[in-house]
Amino acid sequence: MSHQSVRTRTAVQAVRDSSLRLEKRGVDVAGELFRAVLLLCIVLGVLMLATLLAYVTWRGWPRLDLNLFTQMPSSIDLTTAGFLPAIVGTIWIMLGVLVTVVPLGVSAALYLEEYADTERWWNRAIEVFIQNLAAVPSIVFGILGLAFIVRAPLALGPVAFAGSLTLTMLVLPTVIIASREAIRAVPSTLRQASMALGASKWQTVWRQVIPGAVPGILTGTILSMSRAIGETAPLLLVGATTFVQFLPEGPLEGRYTAIPVQIFQWVVRPQEEFRVLAAAGCLVLVVLLLLMNSVAIWLRARFSRES
Amino acid sequence: MPDLTERHSPVPETHHTTRDDAMAALPRDPVFVTDKLNVYYGDFHAVTDVDLSFGKNEITALIGPSGCGKSTVLRCLNRMNDLIPTARVAGTVSYHGLDIYGERVDPIEVRRRIGMVFQKPNPFPKSIYDNVAYGPRVTGMKVENMDDLVESALTGAALWDEVKDKLKQNANGLSGGQQQRLCIARAIATMPDVVLMDEPCSALDPIATLKIEELMAELRNNYTIIIVTHNMQQAARVSDRTAFFSVQQKSETGDRTGALVEYDLTTKIFESPADRRTEDYISGRFG
Repeated sequence: MSHQSVRTRTAVQAVRDSSLRLEKRGVDVAGELFRAVLLLCIVLGVLMLATLLAYVTWRGWPRLDLNLFTQMPSSIDLTTAGFLPAIVGTIWIMLGVLVTVVPLGVSAALYLEEYADTERWWNRAIEVFIQNLAAVPSIVFGILGLAFIVRAPLALGPVAFAGSLTLTMLVLPTVIIASREAIRAVPSTLRQASMALGASKWQTVWRQVIPGAVPGILTGTILSMSRAIGETAPLLLVGATTFVQFLPEGPLEGRYTAIPVQIFQWVVRPQEEFRVLAAAGCLVLVVLLLLMNSVAIWLRARFSRES
Repeated sequence: MPDLTERHSPVPETHHTTRDDAMAALPRDPVFVTDKLNVYYGDFHAVTDVDLSFGKNEITALIGPSGCGKSTVLRCLNRMNDLIPTARVAGTVSYHGLDIYGERVDPIEVRRRIGMVFQKPNPFPKSIYDNVAYGPRVTGMKVENMDDLVESALTGAALWDEVKDKLKQNANGLSGGQQQRLCIARAIATMPDVVLMDEPCSALDPIATLKIEELMAELRNNYTIIIVTHNMQQAARVSDRTAFFSVQQKSETGDRTGALVEYDLTTKIFESPADRRTEDYISGRFG
């Protein structure tokens, strides 16, 4: 045996004797607990939603048929009564919200992020206003809509677009806040690269900032549309009629109703058949919402892939 | 000698010996001349009294420790400091004799003529083709054949052979070094006469760095290049002239500010610097 192997053996022995330990020391209690709490929160959230959906499906089961989508409401022929005018009304209202809230919200967010000098007190005041606006109860917007949109100065009358504008005011803060986050997330290096190539501010905003912010803006839009589609109280104030047996002539003409208003109308009646109808109506609302959101999610996926 | 009586001469008396060399101590045909250039960020006096001139078809390196204001000076040359709301520039920067901070000057016109490459490769999340075509498109350049322009810009940036079959692919799929060369191609597509480079290799590996350095040597034939670098070997390898900046204390207030210490031919700066601080810095004793 050479001298070296003795030394090596001694070294190995020394390592074995030392207190070097690489094995796991017991269970990471705090870490595991945290993980469990997080899981519990998700489970609770999903469970509540699932219960809700299961309940309305069970309650509405006898009336889950195509008549729901194709028939007028009726208080006599309850086996075939449907939600057609409410569906059409809701679609008109939501289209109106979409075409007003996205340009308004995105423009406001662009101004605040790209143009406003945050040192100025009025720009900071605008920010505070927007954050507080998000907390105003929806019924207040209903009163505002009745006073300013249905009646003078806009004086649109009780039409679907008046409902749209009212809901737009309601969800505008959500869209602004989400869009601002999305705009802020566009790397400043892209803005600099664009400006350094001789692009103007306007070109930089249109060609870099907005395309980069689209996925985030769509997320905000999904959230706000989901909120708007279920709103009942402000719509009741601005004239969504609870019982119509005809289709609205258009967004700016004729009486209208919306699905949540129709559900409200059914659910307050005492007879069991109406309750079933109301439960089925909830599912109609969910289906419409999912359809709407899947378009937005598809769009978002397309834009995210590009960047 | 006319170049010694020049108003903007930043070179102290001791440097006059270099006039016998092939290159004069000061560029004979300067593209840029700065005169008493001062930059403030709010209350912070970032750069004090910089007098520099940058020669046509030369590579000028700006070196110095962090916070010495070398990037700030670079960003004054294409008015990128305008994008920082609190930034304020005093003094003049004349570009072919015109003050780019003059009252009626449009910073967009300035940036169309003076390209810039940034520290981190920052291609747009678009196709390789669209990245190169971006500048000509936004500036409304009259381009007869965009395909030809894209090809010549990519060839000029030594990237064409690597990407010619995937021009429609997203630029983010390229390696870091390729992305940086794409950014150079994008900058030269607008046909600038100056290319500013702000630590263009600091995010790249040595091989990609070497490629960019080779490219710079080639680009010098057609462009004036000004490069900020932290890498002194790089400055020594690629540049014709070197300006050494340092952080100094203002005598009145004791506030820290960046200032030009020495500006000369690169060989002079690295072999026999006139200023003690330059010598300390390049020999690694400081900074």
